[in-house]
Amino acid sequence: MQLTINGAAMDVAAADDTPLLWVLRDRLGMTGTKFGCGMALCGACTVHVDGVATRACITPISVLAGKKIVTIEGVGATPQGKALQTAWTKVNVAQCGYCQSGQIMSAAALLAKTPKPSDTDIDAAMTGNICRCGTYPRIRAAIKQAAAGLEQKA
Amino acid sequence: MSAQMIQRRTFLAGLSGLVLVASVSRIAKAADAPKYGADGMQHGWRDDPLTFVAIGEDGIVTVVVHRSEMGQGIRTGLPMVIADELDADWSKVRVTQAPGDEEKFGNQDTDGSRSMRHHFDPMRRVGAAARTMLEAAAAASWNVPVSSVRAVNHEVIHEQSGRRLGYGALARAAAKLPVPARDSLRLKTPSQFRYIGKENIPLLDSGDIYHGRAQYGIDTRLDGMLYAVVARSPVFGGKVAHFDAAAAQAIPGVVKVIEIPGTPGPALFAPLNGVAILAEDTWIAMKARQALQIEWNDGPHGTYDSAAYRTELEQAARKPGKVLREAGDVDAAMAKAARKVEAEYYLPHIAHATMEPPSAAARIVDGQCEVWAPTQAPQATRENVAKRLGLPLEKVTVHVTLLGGGFGRKSKPDFATEAAFLSQQMGGRPVKVVWTRDDDLHHDYFHTVSVEHLQAGLDAQGKTTAWLHRSVAPTIVSIFAPDPQHEAAFETGMGLINVPFDVPNLRIENPAAVAHTRIGWFRSVSNVPHAFAVQSFVAELAAAAGRDHRDFLLDLIGPAPHIDPGALKDSWNHGESPQRYPVDTGRLRRVIETVTREAGWGRKLPKGQGLGLAAHYSFVSYVAAVVAVEVSKDGKLTIPRVDVAFDCGPQVYPDRIRSQLEGATIMGVSLATLGEITFKNGRAQQDNFNTYQVTRMAEAPHDIRVHLLPATDWSMPLGGVGEPGLPPIAPALCNAIFAATNKRIRRLPIGEQLAT
Repeated sequence: MQLTINGAAMDVAAADDTPLLWVLRDRLGMTGTKFGCGMALCGACTVHVDGVATRACITPISVLAGKKIVTIEGVGATPQGKALQTAWTKVNVAQCGYCQSGQIMSAAALLAKTPKPSDTDIDAAMTGNICRCGTYPRIRAAIKQAAAGLEQKA
Repeated sequence: MSAQMIQRRTFLAGLSGLVLVASVSRIAKAADAPKYGADGMQHGWRDDPLTFVAIGEDGIVTVVVHRSEMGQGIRTGLPMVIADELDADWSKVRVTQAPGDEEKFGNQDTDGSRSMRHHFDPMRRVGAAARTMLEAAAAASWNVPVSSVRAVNHEVIHEQSGRRLGYGALARAAAKLPVPARDSLRLKTPSQFRYIGKENIPLLDSGDIYHGRAQYGIDTRLDGMLYAVVARSPVFGGKVAHFDAAAAQAIPGVVKVIEIPGTPGPALFAPLNGVAILAEDTWIAMKARQALQIEWNDGPHGTYDSAAYRTELEQAARKPGKVLREAGDVDAAMAKAARKVEAEYYLPHIAHATMEPPSAAARIVDGQCEVWAPTQAPQATRENVAKRLGLPLEKVTVHVTLLGGGFGRKSKPDFATEAAFLSQQMGGRPVKVVWTRDDDLHHDYFHTVSVEHLQAGLDAQGKTTAWLHRSVAPTIVSIFAPDPQHEAAFETGMGLINVPFDVPNLRIENPAAVAHTRIGWFRSVSNVPHAFAVQSFVAELAAAAGRDHRDFLLDLIGPAPHIDPGALKDSWNHGESPQRYPVDTGRLRRVIETVTREAGWGRKLPKGQGLGLAAHYSFVSYVAAVVAVEVSKDGKLTIPRVDVAFDCGPQVYPDRIRSQLEGATIMGVSLATLGEITFKNGRAQQDNFNTYQVTRMAEAPHDIRVHLLPATDWSMPLGGVGEPGLPPIAPALCNAIFAATNKRIRRLPIGEQLAT
């Protein structure tokens, strides 16, 4: 079947029930989207499907025909993604960095919908994304910094 | 091999720089003297610039980092040190990862909070030696005395003539010059540092991480690679009695089903007995594993039950055990005490749960095995793979990838040997093994479980006159030797035997305990249970004496001497020299004084709120924390703020020190509030992040304030950073809960204990 990922049409040869995560990682070589739990419990695999933050580990490719998929490799093309990547670098958010793809994808979906998120908004949008290194305070700071940067540009 | 790895390879091979010149190992060490620090580690340290620095004709400086990156920032920190002494332009500095090869690079075990502590001085010399060679090359090309030139910001300048040459132009000639003698090197004075100790240096891997390009072990891709998941014995030491793979093999995309034999005896770093599915992608392998029919023979640990085991440990803790340290006469002092206090603390097994589960890839071409692994122990990985495959060491290459979290789990490379074994079974075809989250939680090398039993006697003035601590916990040695029953020196030296308290009558005991699962290092290791018990108990004593906890703790520590660890019967001292690293109670006092001042200790708080304090010395660093809590009427706990004061001596990369302390604080909250692995019928009962919960964004403290104590000067020895932040958090949190509610938590995790 054909998937639209980061604006490009891609042919995929995999069983229909295969979660998007494994198609991205194993079939298409896009390893930026991470495996952490396989049950939508940790958020490491977060991508956007038609703009909505979606856990790729439980989303079979059969439901994705005709949808626009954006991954960490492509999110920098959006204003939110770019602002977040810049803020993440400035705040020096990452420790091991493994969960940060998913964190940035969840944050980008948040900012697209809620340009000036409150702490409560951030908690609600980000609490599905586990960081075992404990970078949460810096993630919060970086989201706020990115939001402020986007507001200045607007 | 990933595209990125190929690019890195090509890049290096295209260099005309220093790294291409054969390096000469030049370690000279005093014979017979006791070895401490990096000298005491297997293969010690290296400081040859030809091993660690390459400079291309384009001026790009590539630093080889030989320690594994798992979030502590070492892939930026060590290049900062080299670049500073090299006087390099930071924008031209790149990093590449050393393969596992301790003969060449020195010790690579990335654990024990040792990377910067042990390699700061050698890496300074690497940078200074490379700079000296560039200066010598420039002087030779201009035919001027070397004393008339100097390196400044990526070029060498001859001031008299105004001539200058960039590092790129000098690299080829410099590489041919002799490496200067170690004692001839001119190191910078601290006032000349450009990067060491400075702020606003982003991680060198930032761009890769935030754009999805960073390569962790699980991201490895090789031509023709198969994807494997393994069904392992659910009980430690169990075996496959019988298996039927027909249904699994019938699933399209399944290529092969292979049994991985276990090894009898202690766990070591060897794979567990299991059955592997090799398939065209990970999803197929996971589905096929569910279709496997396996009968297990559980073996002797099939009855392991963590609730019953807790009772066993408690019984052991209530009777005398092996005496580790004794001063004065504890029994007589207890008999005379005006008041006796007794408490018992329980800490369960916990799992590391690195966000990247264990994963590794391997292939064998022409008898040469290559492994890609997120390993904290590159040399042990190499040795274990070579042994299991029956290959000489030089026929095994271990490529160290980024680690998606380590915390001690990835010091045990069982998963890498699985991948290599499966590749060998497939005639060398590339195989990647991926552990699912339930694999990770079921087959971890778990943090030990422990019961800590404490008694103290107070005199009429509330002064502590007697102290008895019995610690009972299965030892990590159990993965290396058959049935050891007592904690090893490296465990008792983690805050049990070496409590630096000014108490005249003191006894430390360690009753026996036998392990029934794989026990392994977890960040901060035995410091976690020991600090939880000791620092909770001190707060209990202060309450019993009717005194302020901070004042009581400072009195218990007493005046500010430098204590010889040997006087505390600590023969280990985190592997460091007792002269260079005494236990400095003045520094311990200072972090307590700092953190209480900064946190506003003693301020009046409304009902349901409280501040809790704890301090701990570990990995030769000093840390104290004040946790603020609010507990609602229905027992909901929130942690609005945590203050941490930290003294690790000189601070090389302050931002990463703060980030380690922030992370340790949140991991401490996580293990205190949520973390527990239980066993029934020998099987770990938690499967994923629904039943093994870890702290998430909303519950993590929003406001963590790290107060770094400045070092008096750069001649002070460095302390550890990655681990020491963790131990004080759980006791400070529980002390805060007591201050807020009068409820004393003696069993972790806190879980539902606050619900009324």
